Amino acid sequence: MTLLLKNVTYTFPKEKKPIISDLNLKIEKGEFVSLIGKSGTGKSTILKLITGLLKQALGEITINGQPISLGDVGYMPQKDLLLPWRTVMDNIMIGAEIQKDLQLTKEDARNWLKRVGLIDYEQALPNQISGGMRQRVAFLRAMLTGKEVLLLDEPFGALDSITKKEMQAWLLSIWQELDKTIVFITHDLEEASYLSDRIILLKQYSVEEIEVPLHRPRHADMLHSSELVGLRRELEKKI
Amino acid sequence: MRNFFKTYGLFIVFMVVALIALEYLVQSDIIPAFIVPAPTDVVIHIIENWRPLIFEHLGATMLEFAIGFILAVVGGVGLAVSMFFSKTIEKMLYPAVLISQMIPIIALSPIFVLWFGYTIWSKVAVTILMSFFPIVVGAYDGFKSTDKDYIELLRSMGASKRQIFTKLNIQMAFPSFFSGLKIAIVYSLVGATIGEWLGASEGLGYYSRRMSGDLNADGVFAAIVILTIVGIILFALTAMLEKRTLRWKETE
Repeated sequence: MTLLLKNVTYTFPKEKKPIISDLNLKIEKGEFVSLIGKSGTGKSTILKLITGLLKQALGEITINGQPISLGDVGYMPQKDLLLPWRTVMDNIMIGAEIQKDLQLTKEDARNWLKRVGLIDYEQALPNQISGGMRQRVAFLRAMLTGKEVLLLDEPFGALDSITKKEMQAWLLSIWQELDKTIVFITHDLEEASYLSDRIILLKQYSVEEIEVPLHRPRHADMLHSSELVGLRRELEKKI
Repeated sequence: MRNFFKTYGLFIVFMVVALIALEYLVQSDIIPAFIVPAPTDVVIHIIENWRPLIFEHLGATMLEFAIGFILAVVGGVGLAVSMFFSKTIEKMLYPAVLISQMIPIIALSPIFVLWFGYTIWSKVAVTILMSFFPIVVGAYDGFKSTDKDYIELLRSMGASKRQIFTKLNIQMAFPSFFSGLKIAIVYSLVGATIGEWLGASEGLGYYSRRMSGDLNADGVFAAIVILTIVGIILFALTAMLEKRTLRWKETE
């Protein structure tokens, strides 16, 4: 599986200058790639192009050579967007209701809820659980769409630092186990360095790719390693 | 129950004091009884005439109300859905729905009598005209209020327009729909009564008009009291249904 963006250009309606111009990206199966960059450099737009929610004016986006279409990838937007009238379980099952060929049983969902510590909240409404729990439910909903590629748009942006650390460790363990391909947006340079194989730094009209020099598996001690601290400083200068 | 008194206690005390004051003013001839009847006289009138009032007249009014209200809900929601899916229908009919509210209904009612005669349908028509608007606007604005982010999320999963409608738009429309429904249910009852005022042989509107002709203030007020109580009950039932349906909003 390869996710390929070739010469992609996108301009918002009613704007003259493209927000993304002539972007080329190649993401291999199982890679964890982070997109960083200042606001307005088109990070979220790239994810929306990959989902098919937006259509690029020029260029092509393919998975294994096939042009992408809606429903091909799992997408988790910035806000958790849990449907407030559905229970935790029903929120997770919505992907299976929409895509009839998706093999997801309530039993599978229950097993996952057990693993992420939410089994007691299966019948809870989104407003009855904490922000961190909501993010986990939103992540499960995206992940259990069963797609190989997961697009995560600043999933931990609104969380406090302790919860954020927990969620990062949790995301890494799931990613390693399931061999998913993740495209991750963050403003947190430490988070990007700690989680990713590769960081893509977006600036207006230029893109820079940076390999992360840390080995796998990652663990929290690495946050203080000289490699990570050095990389973060380098990113701070470049951004 | 405690909550109930906390919310309505002051109002109940006010009403009781006002009724006692009114009773005193009428009994001591400060206000003539044919202008405003004493509350006890109204109650006595209701007790003495409860059979025809409840079975004959309230029954007739409720039938007109029920048929009119149900037709208004079915038609109103149907129109709101069609306008939501078709821009053409929206552009063609939304102004007409708005204009229908500018028509003074009292002036239109004789025309309904002309069309439908003194049958139940002239009253049903007034009821529909009164309650249609808040239902259409409540449902239609509700459908349109759906947050774009949620729509994008479902589209990213490959949802069709129909799936988005059933899984998202309908639920998102409920708060606004219920606001319209609560207004409509009260308007419907008013509509049925107006319809009866303008031409009927039974119903609480007809009853109060007949009593007014006889200068029987007790009778007029008896019909008004019954209509008010029924209106409050209908409103409360709708509010309860709303609370049940929108339980997820309570924890917000």
